[in-house]
Amino acid sequence: MTGPNLWDQQASNRRKSAWLVAGFVLFFAWVGFGGDLAFYLATRDLPAGEYHHFIPWIGLIVVGVAGGMVWYAWNNGAERVLWAAGARELVAPRSLEEKQLDNVVEEMAISARLPKPRIWIIPDDDPNAFATGITSDHAHLAVTEGLLQALDREELQGVVAHEFAHIRNLDVRLMTLLAAIVGAVALIGEGLGRYFRFGGRIGRGSRGGGGKGGNPLALVVLVLWVITLILAPFITRLLAMSVSRKREYLADATGAELTRNPGALASALEKLHAHATPTRAITRGAAHLCIVDPIGRAFNEAEGKVADLFGSHPPIRQRITRLQGMAYLFAKQAGQPTPGSDGQG
Amino acid sequence: MGTIVFFVLLAVLALWIIGAYNRLIALKNHVVNGWKQIDVQLKRRHDLIPNLVNTVKGAMNFERETLEAVISARNKAVSASGVKETAVAEGQLSQALGRFFALSEAYPELKSNQNVMQLQEELTSTENKIGFARQAYNDVSTQYNTAQMQFPTNLVAGLAKAVPAELWEIEDAAERAVPKVELGFGKPGA
Repeated sequence: MTGPNLWDQQASNRRKSAWLVAGFVLFFAWVGFGGDLAFYLATRDLPAGEYHHFIPWIGLIVVGVAGGMVWYAWNNGAERVLWAAGARELVAPRSLEEKQLDNVVEEMAISARLPKPRIWIIPDDDPNAFATGITSDHAHLAVTEGLLQALDREELQGVVAHEFAHIRNLDVRLMTLLAAIVGAVALIGEGLGRYFRFGGRIGRGSRGGGGKGGNPLALVVLVLWVITLILAPFITRLLAMSVSRKREYLADATGAELTRNPGALASALEKLHAHATPTRAITRGAAHLCIVDPIGRAFNEAEGKVADLFGSHPPIRQRITRLQGMAYLFAKQAGQPTPGSDGQG
Repeated sequence: MGTIVFFVLLAVLALWIIGAYNRLIALKNHVVNGWKQIDVQLKRRHDLIPNLVNTVKGAMNFERETLEAVISARNKAVSASGVKETAVAEGQLSQALGRFFALSEAYPELKSNQNVMQLQEELTSTENKIGFARQAYNDVSTQYNTAQMQFPTNLVAGLAKAVPAELWEIEDAAERAVPKVELGFGKPGA
């Protein structure tokens, strides 16, 4: 095993979750109070009868809304992601396949020594899966109907184990918060964009009324503020992707340890890769939660700096190769003669 | 002054003894619980086997010997007590089941029988759960055994009535490789 161990990973994810929330609050403080600052500077030198921006109400409103959203994400983020994917909870298995899923999740709960998460099924033909939740004791595991169709028992176990690795490493907390924040930023960006068109009129009005060439500092702050607003959705999305990319290899490895069968996950990934159709039920905001990218971007197949930035998942080929390497080592340890035969025939 | 130091030391010692004692008790309970987790699954397996045998009896009339081997292995496993005896008996039951499922491959009507498929899924899952629960049990038992042997916790071991827990050993390589139960459930390319 290379890479950090479980406790390091959990601690690092706790820390990163805290930083993420802090960064999110700071960002919104800037979006709010930065806007106020720009308007304050722009209206400062106006004659007494004109509008003066003194009370920072943009900031107060935006920070209030942002705080509420983080609070909401912490309490309902997982449910929201599941709701957005149109998932239904598996309570009483009706078919053999559902029973098998239920059993496999129970097996992995024993292996990972975690409580059994709640199981959800997404009505979508494309095979995919994700886990979500804020704590490992109250986690959710969702798979698509297509996944149940496409994989055999051992492969399903491999995928479920991969998701359990995310739950145990507390990747799910970071990822679920990120999913909520990506959504929140998009929403607030949109809202302020509308407001900005109204704000633009004030700026023009002040310049026309003052006639003294405006305030250069106000202009700089305003431009910075607008740029932040425009870039924010992209930046949060990039953040979500780069954060998730690094976690996939580790979850593959941890998952293989849980099942002691890396070959099964490798062949599952092979099958998921073959079904390259996009998972329509899963929206962009939750893409980084999934075991394979539901959007099917070409970035994920490439390597290098650009791919590191834009892909939410490492190249599947490389993940399969690593798992097959692990399968070889496992077989060697167990003293089995030919490991070459257990991949995909 | 001297008496104060003496009493402080005494208090520290007492606190340490309480801590070590409680840790051993907690570990002991983990071991007991770990064993219970295995036991639940073993019992489930024992309950499933008669169902399975009854379901396939008609179709597999020719394989009477195999069926009887499964039943007798099951009965031995039910009456086994203690970790070591249970481990051996359950290992033999796994092997008997493995042979049974290998033979059942030759009966297409069994492979498509909904009842058999369900029972097989349950047995496969139970087998897996036993395997994973066994791992958990062995881990926590090792922790417990190490704690009661290490100095200075070993001084409190007698007080906590701690005796080394028996690990679930797997005897031979054939058992170690859990027989692969594979009917494929009608999926292509499995």
